[in-house]
Amino acid sequence: MSSLKVENLSFLQRGPYSFEVAAGAVLGLRGASGAGKTLLLRAIADLEPHDGSLWLNQTACEDLSGPQWRQRVAYLPAESLWWYDRVGQHFSMAPEPQWSQQLGLDSEVMNWEVSRLSTGEKQRLAILRLLQRRPHALLLDEPTASLDSDSIGRVEKFLLDYLAQNSAPAIWVSHDQAQLERVSASRMEILAGGEMRELI
Amino acid sequence: MNVMPLGVFELGLASLLVFLLAFLSYWHRMEIERPLLIAAFRTAVQLSLIGLVLNAVFTTVNFYLVALIWTIMLAAAGWEVMSRQKVRVKGPGRFFIGTSSMLLSSFSIMVLTLTLVIKVDPWYSPRYAIPILGMLLGNTMNGVALAMNTFTNLAWNRWQVIEQRLALGQTSAEAIEDIWRESVRTGLIPIINSMAAAGLVSLPGMMTGQILAGNTADEAVRYQILIMFMISSGTGFGVILSLWLMRRKMFDTRDRLRLKEGFYRIESVGNKK
Repeated sequence: MSSLKVENLSFLQRGPYSFEVAAGAVLGLRGASGAGKTLLLRAIADLEPHDGSLWLNQTACEDLSGPQWRQRVAYLPAESLWWYDRVGQHFSMAPEPQWSQQLGLDSEVMNWEVSRLSTGEKQRLAILRLLQRRPHALLLDEPTASLDSDSIGRVEKFLLDYLAQNSAPAIWVSHDQAQLERVSASRMEILAGGEMRELI
Repeated sequence: MNVMPLGVFELGLASLLVFLLAFLSYWHRMEIERPLLIAAFRTAVQLSLIGLVLNAVFTTVNFYLVALIWTIMLAAAGWEVMSRQKVRVKGPGRFFIGTSSMLLSSFSIMVLTLTLVIKVDPWYSPRYAIPILGMLLGNTMNGVALAMNTFTNLAWNRWQVIEQRLALGQTSAEAIEDIWRESVRTGLIPIINSMAAAGLVSLPGMMTGQILAGNTADEAVRYQILIMFMISSGTGFGVILSLWLMRRKMFDTRDRLRLKEGFYRIESVGNKK
């Protein structure tokens, strides 16, 4: 059981932000483009220099190295990039077969060339790639933006299952209010100026 | 045996070929005539001046004078490395990263060569110390400039990939390992090629010079092998050191990429118009 706590987090003249996501819970986050949703996720992943403190349960961000923190608090960028020729080269261990199946991926997908992947396949594979190291918390930036409606349901279910099974907290960024209502119990909005308010 | 004398007239003849090349470039708008002529002019002036200096230096054996010349050579090499970089470190690092890497690798290898291998007395005898550092620095400079340029250019173009790899929990060294490997290769390929081709395709310049000056071929060969070993290791250590310093500039202590904060790109390199 671990919760993700953000205390007086400020970066690039934004914040301070303070909130907590309980173990297994999802915080839905929406806001206009450019309001700083991605920046907020990047700061929580410790990819942006910031003030204030971040806690995963009892562990403070600065007690771990940057990479150790990011292995636990995993950030999924809105667009995934692939740097080797074949899909499997991006995985240090083969993902669990039932995971690929739940995401509707071909069982041979690890041997495929990256160049033949569709945007949707890339996005689902990026989720598999992110979960390789079994992160304790997820920061999801538009995880279903490039998917068709069939896959959206599948990915939502898959991610919620992972969070429930691992009692992992998540911040879920989406433009889709209906999706946020499906996946999250509490929701916030970032306004253009950077301030955050609770959505009912 | 003495070298066939070479006068100004003969050099003028040779320079006609360079002018011909420059004209060809001008005619076909290859836009290389200016840098070519400037470089040829610099070669003539710089080498003539160093000839005068060396004549004077070789007659006296003064450590401080030799040290002064080493310093000038190193600073010039450092400047050259910096001005070949398209993506540069902000602040004094843009000069000192390359320079300090060359200082550590070339100088220590020169000192080792002079004291332990050639065993010339005193070890800083200018007749040995200046040409050997010159050969080491000249090659190390090329390797370091190529490697640093590859490293920063690739990182500049692939920063998003580096960011994603960091986001997946990779360390800065892991996130940039491909670029690192490619840069080391790029820096070392020229010297590896010239070692592989030595004797078969090319007779290296120093050896040719010694033979032309009347030394026996096998003595010239032994010196050339020594120089090749020194050059390749000097280049390799210099390249690795410079990339290591560069990587430290590129990431902060939390393994975050600080490319846009710590580096800047200049639009054109080499063709000052």
